[in-house]
Amino acid sequence: MIEPVTGRYLRLDLAGRAHRLYFEECGKGIPLLCLHTAGADGRQYRDLLNDADITRDFRCIAFDMPWHGKSSPPDGWWEEEYRLTTDLYTGMIMAVIDALALERPLVLGCSIGGRIVLDLAARHADRLRGVIGLQSSAFVEPYYDLEWLHRPDVHGGEVCAGIVSGLVAPQSPAVSRWETLWHYMQGGPGVFRGDLHFYKEEGDLRPLLAQIDTRRCPVWMLTGDYDYSCSPEATLQTAAQIPGAKATIMAGLGHFPMSENFAVLRPYLREILEAIKAPNE
Amino acid sequence: MRAAPVNVLARLAEYVNHDPVLRRRGRFLDADMLLEIGTAQWLMTIRDGQILQMRTASPVMNSWTFAMRFDAVAWELFLTRLPPPGTHDLMALLRTGRLRIEGNLHPFMSHLLWFKEAFATLRDAP
Repeated sequence: MIEPVTGRYLRLDLAGRAHRLYFEECGKGIPLLCLHTAGADGRQYRDLLNDADITRDFRCIAFDMPWHGKSSPPDGWWEEEYRLTTDLYTGMIMAVIDALALERPLVLGCSIGGRIVLDLAARHADRLRGVIGLQSSAFVEPYYDLEWLHRPDVHGGEVCAGIVSGLVAPQSPAVSRWETLWHYMQGGPGVFRGDLHFYKEEGDLRPLLAQIDTRRCPVWMLTGDYDYSCSPEATLQTAAQIPGAKATIMAGLGHFPMSENFAVLRPYLREILEAIKAPNE
Repeated sequence: MRAAPVNVLARLAEYVNHDPVLRRRGRFLDADMLLEIGTAQWLMTIRDGQILQMRTASPVMNSWTFAMRFDAVAWELFLTRLPPPGTHDLMALLRTGRLRIEGNLHPFMSHLLWFKEAFATLRDAP
């Protein structure tokens, strides 16, 4: 059986440097751009991209960020430390939107992706149809020493998977739990750590929330109750700062809803997608 | 009502040492660990991923590589078949302040999946 999902490479400049990005897509209609979590890649959206009820009306696209998955780091990477910032992240997403000529896409992001969609909503509202933040909040305080994620005497893949394994809800199927962890085990050295520079250090978006106008760019937030990184409380506190934002807490899901247990996420997501399809109802 | 921690812990070596996945995953793990649950303390000797010894800690002098100190209520919740959010994982307990880890953390962090799954074997303990 061959899946309908296709993968291609995109050549583009990001922050003035040449990049080769890998992306997968399926479907036609309203563009739905999907952003993976820190230290992982676009495979997290494999179930969404294979959902015919969604791809019937949405062109679903998931790209691997530079340094992740099948997207290479830029020339010279071996002489630098990878550190994601808000400006790099938003610039990358807008560059992908331009390169693929996506007209007013809906952007769906999880974790760091759920964070950056808030920046997109604040700064690029008129270019977007709306944003959906999974496990989304404006800031997360560090709760462990991030240096453990990248040091020569600890296996990076195993410690990264170990750090996030408890973020998968206990109810999620073993096959999806371990697929999610495998993506972390495959991450390049220091890449998860570099993403968390944005998530836990540089990317505090709390001052930006007041600028979000949900009449121009609607904001939905969906958070699993087993997530202790972006907790339900953090999502609700963030949503309370954005007039018009709609936040829902989902029982029995953790930090990776689309990857750990898509069947549970699916009805919440479908409800939003139906609203997007019929904006005036 | 669950068995007292000491009775459950007596099964830990049996479960871990007979689990082929944990034996493989822990094959390079050596540690002398202090395990604290509430006010009770044990010393666990781990070599090549096998729990060789578990004994009640001395009230006055103990040597250990690192210590795991569990809140007693959180420990009980962690061992339930479906723990509530925040008690279902060692990192979740750390995040919520109901587990503290001290000392040389290298054995713990380099074998994080091992420790999580070793303690989780007790969820099936009678």
